[in-house]
Amino acid sequence: MSDMALNTPPEPGALELEEAQQDNRSRWLLALPAMVIIGCFATLPLLVMLVYAFLTPGDYGNVVWKFSTDGWVSVLLQRDIFDDTLMWADAHLSIFWRSLRLSLITTILTLIFGVPTAWFIATRPREKRQFWLFLVTVPFWTNLLVRTIAIQELIRSEGVINLILLKIGIIDEPIQMMFTDFAIGFGMTYVYLPLMVLPVYAAVDKLDFRLVEAAHDLYAGRWTAFRRVILPLIKPGIIAGSILVFIPCLGAYVTPRVLGGGKNLMFGNLIELQFGAGRNWPLGAALSLTLMAIVMVALIYYVRVTSREREDV
Amino acid sequence: MKKLFAAASVLALSATGAMAQELNIYNWGNYTNPKLIEKFEAETGIKVTITDYDSNDTALAKVKAGGHGFDIVVPSATYVPIWVSEGLLEETRPDEMENFSNVDPVWIDVPWDEGRHYTVPWQWGTTGVAVNTKYYDGDIDTSAIFMDPPEELKGKINVVPEMGDVMGLAIMYYGGEPCTNDKEILKQVRDGLVEAKKSWLGMDYGNIEKFAKEDVWAGVNWNGSTFRMRLANEDIAYGYPKEGYVVWMDSVAVLKDAQNMEEAKTFQNFIMEPENAALISEFARYANGITGSEEFMPEDMKTAREINIPAELKDKGTFLPTCDPDTQALYTRIWTDLQK
Repeated sequence: MSDMALNTPPEPGALELEEAQQDNRSRWLLALPAMVIIGCFATLPLLVMLVYAFLTPGDYGNVVWKFSTDGWVSVLLQRDIFDDTLMWADAHLSIFWRSLRLSLITTILTLIFGVPTAWFIATRPREKRQFWLFLVTVPFWTNLLVRTIAIQELIRSEGVINLILLKIGIIDEPIQMMFTDFAIGFGMTYVYLPLMVLPVYAAVDKLDFRLVEAAHDLYAGRWTAFRRVILPLIKPGIIAGSILVFIPCLGAYVTPRVLGGGKNLMFGNLIELQFGAGRNWPLGAALSLTLMAIVMVALIYYVRVTSREREDV
Repeated sequence: MKKLFAAASVLALSATGAMAQELNIYNWGNYTNPKLIEKFEAETGIKVTITDYDSNDTALAKVKAGGHGFDIVVPSATYVPIWVSEGLLEETRPDEMENFSNVDPVWIDVPWDEGRHYTVPWQWGTTGVAVNTKYYDGDIDTSAIFMDPPEELKGKINVVPEMGDVMGLAIMYYGGEPCTNDKEILKQVRDGLVEAKKSWLGMDYGNIEKFAKEDVWAGVNWNGSTFRMRLANEDIAYGYPKEGYVVWMDSVAVLKDAQNMEEAKTFQNFIMEPENAALISEFARYANGITGSEEFMPEDMKTAREINIPAELKDKGTFLPTCDPDTQALYTRIWTDLQK
């Protein structure tokens, strides 16, 4: 902040002021198409959801235009079907907990695999990095569903992994991997790994290795240098990557559906159930907005933390 | 610029192409014989596009949302009254069509479409259990296969996530009537299902391959789908639960906001022709409700246990009625409890 005060520019003249205004106007004009698209295709549907969440479900899907907060109440509370007592909607809570847990595990796994990968790429000679980065993006060429079904071929009872393990004699009978939480975690880690590698790579790329050398000069061991110098410097990349992985995981739909066998719902599947067989659109809308609110709180927390750090520096 | 112009003219051309005859069918996945469509296209010159859905509710939700562009939909019997009462179907009067005389009289005055004013039979079948007899050789004509699974099958069971069918089977297993709102029975059903689920592997559609490759050894399944599994893996057998199994029929209906109304009606009439109905069955392996189609069907369908219900189990089948919304809401709650 003190920096800024020193460099305060001289009072702008009238001409400069007008120029600045014009500049401002053209900037707004340029941003207009993007704003219109965001307005039409993101904000409006959200408003529709918000309105629907306060209506009454129609008998066969859709909504009836009658105000009701039932949708919101049943996100957290439910009446017992059999003795009518009000209690926590533990079905929703345990489904949310499963999503949260699997998303956290996925984020940690992508960190374990992603950070070394990003480090490896960023420390290659400059001309080779492009090639490695290009390899990271290769999976994006194929449709997500196709890749997920390919994973099925790997982990099924008569799949590649089981056949190899059986041949070598490590196991006597196939391991049940398909339709387990392991399968979901495995699939999501694979799918979201690039989203971790790319931001971390960007952070490592900017890292000034002279600082690491300086740390060594000051008798820091490898571990201390990593913990005290490297980690704080690439932290924004790690946090950005974690957010990019964690948030889509929370709402993941295809991977849990295909690899999890649909037996244990994830939050995305629960929302789908309300719009489909459940025929309770208000509850579905309320659940979606709840998920969004949680994500938003997490993001605001992130912005707070990182901006505070910047001030500290 | 030239490229842009070329692209625009291609677009314009395909837009006029839409003026040519087209038909957009919205049907269950892996259910429509490509040969049937080829024959229809060859005979009528109408170009057909097929889009898949995996459950009645998906189809209903998508069409209700509007802007779908479909002409034809194939809902199950229980859902037809909903489609009609929601004003989504066109009254095409199949009963006045040329080929209607081929419809088996059993399937004309049906509760969901008295006298067939809206729909044409597509296929009918049953929901029972499929079992790989290599792993279990006990009695398979029982819902205990998934409600109280034998030790051998535990952890290898898949239940199709079709709420109506599974709730129906479970309610009948505990001696209730489908669509019951008797809390005593529903409590048993919920507790029973929740307990049974611990022995299940999955709740998923698209099982033919998973059964054939023995990822799954048993589960709730449809008869024709089980037939196709058996053709791929001869150890698989179909059981009709003696506590009660579900009989269903899917019927072809035309949507009220169809863009290609005449073509859709042509299709309804086309599939009532025995030879064409036989093509439907040849692929998906269900019976079709059109008399005279048998002689065009593959030989192996005439004796298959999946198609020909054993005499002693014939009266155990039940057509599911359409449950009222309150009961449906109860069932959804039980269903969510089951999947938590």
